Amino acid sequence: MTVHIGCGAGFMGDRFDAALPILASMANRDGPRYLMYEVLAERTLAVAQQIRRGNPDAGYSPYLDHYIRPSLAEAKRLGVRIVSNLGAANPVGAAKCVREIADELGVKNLKVAAVTGDDLTAAMTPQEIAATPTMEGIGFEGRPIIAANVYLGARGIAAALATGADVVLVGRTTDSALALGPLIHEYGWAADDWDRLAAGTICGHLLECGGQVSGTYFADPGFKNVPDLARAGFPIAEVEADGSMTITKPEGTGGLVSRATVTEQLLYEMHDPAAYLVADCTSDITRVTLADDGSDRIRISGVRGHPAPPTLKATVCVDNGWMAEAEMTYAGPNALARAELAADVVRQRLGIIGLNEPARIDITGTGAVLDGGDTDRRRARALSTDGEYRLRVASMASDRNSAQAVADEVQSLYCSGPAAGGGYRFHVTPQIATASILIARERIEPHVKVIEC
Amino acid sequence: MLTLPLHAIAHGRAGDKGDTSNISIIAYRPEAWPHLLEQVTEERVLDAMRHLGASAAKRYALPNLHALNFVVENALQGGVNGSLGLDRHGKTLSFLLLGDITVTVPRDAIPDGSPYLKATP
Repeated sequence: MTVHIGCGAGFMGDRFDAALPILASMANRDGPRYLMYEVLAERTLAVAQQIRRGNPDAGYSPYLDHYIRPSLAEAKRLGVRIVSNLGAANPVGAAKCVREIADELGVKNLKVAAVTGDDLTAAMTPQEIAATPTMEGIGFEGRPIIAANVYLGARGIAAALATGADVVLVGRTTDSALALGPLIHEYGWAADDWDRLAAGTICGHLLECGGQVSGTYFADPGFKNVPDLARAGFPIAEVEADGSMTITKPEGTGGLVSRATVTEQLLYEMHDPAAYLVADCTSDITRVTLADDGSDRIRISGVRGHPAPPTLKATVCVDNGWMAEAEMTYAGPNALARAELAADVVRQRLGIIGLNEPARIDITGTGAVLDGGDTDRRRARALSTDGEYRLRVASMASDRNSAQAVADEVQSLYCSGPAAGGGYRFHVTPQIATASILIARERIEPHVKVIEC
Repeated sequence: MLTLPLHAIAHGRAGDKGDTSNISIIAYRPEAWPHLLEQVTEERVLDAMRHLGASAAKRYALPNLHALNFVVENALQGGVNGSLGLDRHGKTLSFLLLGDITVTVPRDAIPDGSPYLKATP
């Protein structure tokens, strides 16, 4: 038996049609078949939690309809089961929404399961959460907690699949659990079968960013060429009972699966490759081997596992004020000098109107990103003063009006700055900061709720 | 031997966790691997990122993959939790290392057809 797992999204703003070629490929495959969508960044969940406070039926991913509507009927027809964290702050609400979509599409006998239990505020008081030491991120003393969610492991997903659900919706789990859950369900891997749990975790890790393992976010023309990037196929993993796997992509799609694409994704956001920690196990990829197995097929074996960490990780989100970003472009002869004068004017104006929040002023095109705003490095590059340069002003403020006032000063460059500034744009956005804390396992219990239609 | 940007022999991807950046550096060809291991050190990576505020760099070597994985602390000017910079995740930083670190390597460490070979007589 081989378990086939495709991934139709690697983040909330991914291509909404990427799952369709995966489903077309699944039609020609035998064995248990799954389609996962990973859409939940740390801050995404905090925003969803705020939405749920205003409306108890909401708080699931605003993109649920975008991803599920195009694929649901075909997935059900083929028997491909969907597993996703589109549930965000409200997996049960998401399940109800999927049921409504099924009704509208005329999809019958659909069983949808929601896994809950990741909301730490249901298990601990805000005072208890605030008193837990932070291991990374900011301190959050005194600031109201917007959301606190534990990274659940794969067991809740496996339990939901055991109910026969066609669609399983979760909130916060480890991203890789979206693949490990189906593998535990199909192969019955024991809770201490560390090597296989680690292999399933690495499978999920390779899939969780969608096309990043199959040729997207990879191309560097002339050095790393990727065919037909606009039609890149999202990945499918073929996983054996021993945990070895092959990463491939649907036939007839663009993109690329190669040792290079797999290696980049294997190490993506990994720290110690001998100890990659998730809720279910610790994974060691230091002895992994990659083998070519035909066109756009890479076989991965040799993942080793160790016991799971003693605690679960939780992310706590707190309000972090407002950020203003505002931009204006200068072009043509002497553009850099005019952009630099604009920067000087804005800096003085912020002082004149009494805005003393920290502000950063960059000129995009001069090393604003890689030089980190270091103007000595910019001068060392002897940039042409002619060209196109974009002034960018960013500032954080505790209140929205102060942030807006920074953007307004950039806007005023239209009539009151140097010659010929154009293309003003601005964003004023609420900021959420996060911290990670560790939680005793016994405090957390996943629950499965099944909704049928 | 040719002295070229790291970009001539390796590729990589950057990711973030809080204010920590992790950057993979992967050899295109097996012939480049010993040179990566010898020349792309923690010290050189830290030097290339110190102007951003980076305070420490830890290197993990993966010989089976011909890859190095660097974990660089305080590299993201606050990261998504508070950086005022344009690229809060530091997604572009893999190309900082690929461009600013140079290596001295034999011709066979460079992939056939590389634009760097065309530029070098």
